[in-house]
Amino acid sequence: MQPRKEATMNKMQIVLSGILKNNPTFVLVLGMCPTLGTTTSAINGMGMGVATMAVLIMSNLVISLIKNFIPSKVRIPAFIVVIASFVTIIQMLMQAYVPSLYASLGVFIPLIVVNCIILGRAEAFASKNGPIDSILDGVGIGLGFTLALTAIGAVREILGGGSIFGYSLGISDYTPLVFVLAPGAFLVLGYMMVLFNKLAKK
Amino acid sequence: MKSTLFNMVAVLFTITLIASAGVGAVNMITADAIAAAKEQATKEAMANVLPAFDSNEQSEQIIDDMPIVVYKAIKGDAVVGYAVESMTKSGFGGVVRLMVGFSPEGVILNVNVLEQAETPGLGTKMCDEGNALLSSIKDKNSGDIVFKVKKDGGELDALTAATISSRAYYDAVARAREAYWVACGGKSAADGVSGATSNSEGNAAQKGGNNE
Repeated sequence: MQPRKEATMNKMQIVLSGILKNNPTFVLVLGMCPTLGTTTSAINGMGMGVATMAVLIMSNLVISLIKNFIPSKVRIPAFIVVIASFVTIIQMLMQAYVPSLYASLGVFIPLIVVNCIILGRAEAFASKNGPIDSILDGVGIGLGFTLALTAIGAVREILGGGSIFGYSLGISDYTPLVFVLAPGAFLVLGYMMVLFNKLAKK
Repeated sequence: MKSTLFNMVAVLFTITLIASAGVGAVNMITADAIAAAKEQATKEAMANVLPAFDSNEQSEQIIDDMPIVVYKAIKGDAVVGYAVESMTKSGFGGVVRLMVGFSPEGVILNVNVLEQAETPGLGTKMCDEGNALLSSIKDKNSGDIVFKVKKDGGELDALTAATISSRAYYDAVARAREAYWVACGGKSAADGVSGATSNSEGNAAQKGGNNE
């Protein structure tokens, strides 16, 4: 799935690749469940992105550190245990210190465990690279995911609810609600994917 | 690394051991903060739906298999109101939990939505200040209200394009009223009780169908 030459990239490129060339949402098309489910508003998309990024950075770091001790036949269960532990930790921290965000993201936080992005990066990057590069990959992919989710959330919030980050733009009487509902998620995601890939190719 | 039975078992055992120890440690650190955050949310909701009070007495009831908590607010020696933490399972997105404030005379002072998973822009309007749902029941005597939206032949306004959410909201408020009547000993509105009970049950069954 990933080009081999990633190992030789310099540090900045690792981060940038996660945002542009390997953007998890628009290019790799991974983690669609939280992408479609949580982007009803810009702030929800952002919260989901940041929570995923935190898990991704920690799991990439730990997996790159322990990769040499894991027998290859049990590497997937070992990765999943590491990822699930971090998700549980993040969940408890959010519940304790940002209860309002936790309440609005609800069921999607535990679902980070099965987000393909995290297991995908563990398998494709962290298990083949050193800890520093793995952290940077986590930052890059995490930022790419966060930016994508925030952008989709913002577009859906503006078009569907007439507000942005909760601030009303005063047009909510004229906006088609479908953008906040599930079909709107697919529409916005599809068009943004087209736009992103068109711009990224140039 | 080459896989043998021994190293596979040993590695997985070690990883799960460390992971569960880590999760356990974080749980110990955050358990108090999580409990405090929940209590804080309850306190804020109570302050929002009740006049000022010094202390409260908490009691729990089970209505329609759902736990309903009644907080009796006391200032000095006098009861200044009841805050009822009620819920319904018939929201468009599942559970809706809200706190209803009753004056000692049974007037609905305010409603504060604690938890909901309704559609953003439609059902979530139930959380807004002065929304159609709240303003149809606020400052009215709860004994006089028939919790039915206009679409179902009742008197109460619903949120535009969010009838299921609106029914759920009134269902939860109706359940809060039942709990309130039990807590304050039936009151004079006893003749309304039976009507309200059958009404809320009918609603619940109907909404269950919609939800699926």
